[in-house]
Amino acid sequence: MVSFGRGDSTFKLIAGILAGSALAILAVSGYTLLTGALPVLNADGLYFFFGTNWNPVIGREIFGALPYLLGTLVTSAIALIIGVPISLGIAIFLSEMSPRRVRVPISYLVELLAAVPSVVYGLWGVFVFRFYVIDYIETPLSNYLGWLPAFSGTPFGLDILSAGIILSIMIIPTVSSISREIITAVPNSIREGAYSIGATRWEVIRNWVLAYGRSGIFGAVILGLGRAVGETMAVTMVIGNTVGPAAVPTSLLKGGQTMASLIANGFIEASPGTLEISAYIGVGLLLMIVALIINIGAQLMVTRVLKVKRGAIE
Amino acid sequence: MQSDQAAKMSSLGLSAWYDQKQALDNVTIQMRTNSITAIIGPSGCGKSTYIRTLNRMHELIPRATVTGQVLLDKEDIYGPGVDPVMIRRRVGMVFQKPNPFPTMSIYDNVAAGLKLTGMKRGRNLDDIVKSSLEQAGLWDEVKDDLKKPGTSVSGGQQQRLCIARAIALQPEVILMDEPCSALDPVATAKIEGLMTTLKEKYTVVVVTHNMQQASRVADYTAFLYLGKLIEYDETTRIFENPKQDLTERYITGKFG
Amino acid sequence: MNSYRLRRFKDRLFSILGLLCVIIAVIPLGSILLEVIVRGAPVINWNFLTQTPGAEGQSVGGIGPSIQGTLILIGLTSLFGIPIGIMSGVFLAEYGHNKFASLMRLFNDVLTEFPSIVAGVTVFLAVVLYFGHFSPLAGSIALSFILIPIVARTTEESIKLVPNSLREASAALGVRRWRTTVSIVIQAAKAGLITGSLLAVARIAGETAPLIMTVLGNSYFFQGFGQPIDALPLRIWRDALQPYPDIQAAGWGAAFVLIAVVLTINIGVRLVARGRHGFGR
Repeated sequence: MVSFGRGDSTFKLIAGILAGSALAILAVSGYTLLTGALPVLNADGLYFFFGTNWNPVIGREIFGALPYLLGTLVTSAIALIIGVPISLGIAIFLSEMSPRRVRVPISYLVELLAAVPSVVYGLWGVFVFRFYVIDYIETPLSNYLGWLPAFSGTPFGLDILSAGIILSIMIIPTVSSISREIITAVPNSIREGAYSIGATRWEVIRNWVLAYGRSGIFGAVILGLGRAVGETMAVTMVIGNTVGPAAVPTSLLKGGQTMASLIANGFIEASPGTLEISAYIGVGLLLMIVALIINIGAQLMVTRVLKVKRGAIE
Repeated sequence: MQSDQAAKMSSLGLSAWYDQKQALDNVTIQMRTNSITAIIGPSGCGKSTYIRTLNRMHELIPRATVTGQVLLDKEDIYGPGVDPVMIRRRVGMVFQKPNPFPTMSIYDNVAAGLKLTGMKRGRNLDDIVKSSLEQAGLWDEVKDDLKKPGTSVSGGQQQRLCIARAIALQPEVILMDEPCSALDPVATAKIEGLMTTLKEKYTVVVVTHNMQQASRVADYTAFLYLGKLIEYDETTRIFENPKQDLTERYITGKFG
Repeated sequence: MNSYRLRRFKDRLFSILGLLCVIIAVIPLGSILLEVIVRGAPVINWNFLTQTPGAEGQSVGGIGPSIQGTLILIGLTSLFGIPIGIMSGVFLAEYGHNKFASLMRLFNDVLTEFPSIVAGVTVFLAVVLYFGHFSPLAGSIALSFILIPIVARTTEESIKLVPNSLREASAALGVRRWRTTVSIVIQAAKAGLITGSLLAVARIAGETAPLIMTVLGNSYFFQGFGQPIDALPLRIWRDALQPYPDIQAAGWGAAFVLIAVVLTINIGVRLVARGRHGFGR
């Protein structure tokens, strides 16, 4: 160990302070959002969390964030339902099943999905993807399952289902690359033991690899959830942007709103100092809390698992 | 060499490669029914590669290839249309480091292979698990802990659990890749004792770097060096009267 | 054996399903790139890249201010964000074996997944309202919330790859630890730091949400540090909402430019890294 000489402690101090910048950013965000949201929390109280009206008209102001909270949950749930199986399929294929030569190029391709800016997903969603969704997904759903409340409404392509499907594409790189890391970290001795008792490749994956990596893969899924929850622009552009009670996601085939899209759409129209802007800030605070809980949980899960398993290999 | 016993398994002109690197060169060995064949040699001689070619575990390593034949009851396990999955049910394996399945209970570790083929929980399965653990000399030690994880027992017990796991499939051949190298002397003695009882029902092939172990348990011994078979004979002849100078120098500890 | 055939069938089936998953994931990527090229490339010309947008109803004009704005935002953000990110990465790698550092590492990872729109709202409250105007600086601060954790993470990872023998050799020569870190360790990890910074820049170049309430967007070239500026992603968003086909086409043109920059960085960085470290991980 090198002893600390002149300059060393100063350097460590400066680096340490800067390493705290992430914490500082989170703390500042939490503080400003909380103070900014206090007016609406004082005015509307619990209604802010459980109410559905959103009325900025001065004198009749009332703000309930429930529809947007639900919108976020429903779109994220769709994203997970569609995105997680695909991501796991990719992770399994790339780590266990594909010829080695194609693994790196294919994983690059999948990771490029993460490089495409959200706003470009939105542009593509509005002008291209929307029409495929109407023709091949929503019209059949409406024809055959339209009697279910969840699929009632007219196929329009700018709705909760579209937003959910776009989100499912956007979480694929995150979930698949982390799952792949987890799967790769499963000790080979386990695979060998399983093969030696005559398991097929798929049985080795299903009964041993996935069982061993279960908690890490769960962390990867939660991380994907965190990404879906915070995603803004693509959702804003395809979700149809309804406000108030109409935004309660009663059907997947109608317009909705997530917490993030509500802020993206309306925040800049609200005047500083009004209860309305405080309501938007309150929604931001809610979004931050939801995202923090999800991400801290996921990070703890993934890093713990990878640490333990790396230790097991060495 | 006499051939009074039938060969259960034999390799004919077997060569193996990792990528470009040749690990085995034209190895021909016969493993006789209900006997223990030991494969000895200094590290890097290809003995682990050799045993892994006998149940096609070798090919799980990327870019690993094999030429030549491995006959199991006169059928080439590398023949066209032969599925390694079927071979591995007939040729069980025990590894260098005990590797019970950490996500499974002791019971499930033993039952896992049978469950794959659709055997359901029940009396029948219970009986096989019990008799496998008994044959592995482990039943009395774990019979009250069958629901505990396979990794919760001691290293020596884990290795015997792995043996029970292999036995449960009622294989014809059991391959053991340095099964005692990670164990203490007491556990080693137990496994060695086990080997001699196992050979009554199975054909056993054991890789070892420990020459005393080979001389204690094996009926036949093959000496590999740099991927080539140097000498193969009855164990007593190998150790008392080797034909090759290289073998003599190895067993007397002059190199390796 | 009957169950055996079923098992083999399942094995094949799931191999195919895995491949299918890859194809399903790659189709949107292909479609996005194709559409951006087909719809965006035709509108690209020198005027489009350098002119201001035309007044409504007249010619569409160009995306000059958006490009300029994005460059300014990237430059400003990098100017303070990259050094902060690198220094925190250095700390996490070199002094990272204690409770404080692992906590900071956790917060850094959490910030990586922080909703960017929340960063925008925070900076609006803390910076825009405080100074009383939208500004490039406010936008950069919001973007730095995204850039810093990415740079810190990649810095930490590349510095950890520097062999300890290098540090020991330097220490043996009587070089102080911080000098060793700055002139030996960081030098050795330079390629990784550049890669990480470039990827972070590519990421913030496409960020839209936090810019809405910090730089606002407009149709003019840079007018001073106390004024709103435009950015490519903002322009794409605005154009996509317009009902006029020629303005929508301009949006695709802007998307073409943005995608070209982002993907060039992403692919370039990978190709260079691959050339250096050989194929695969």
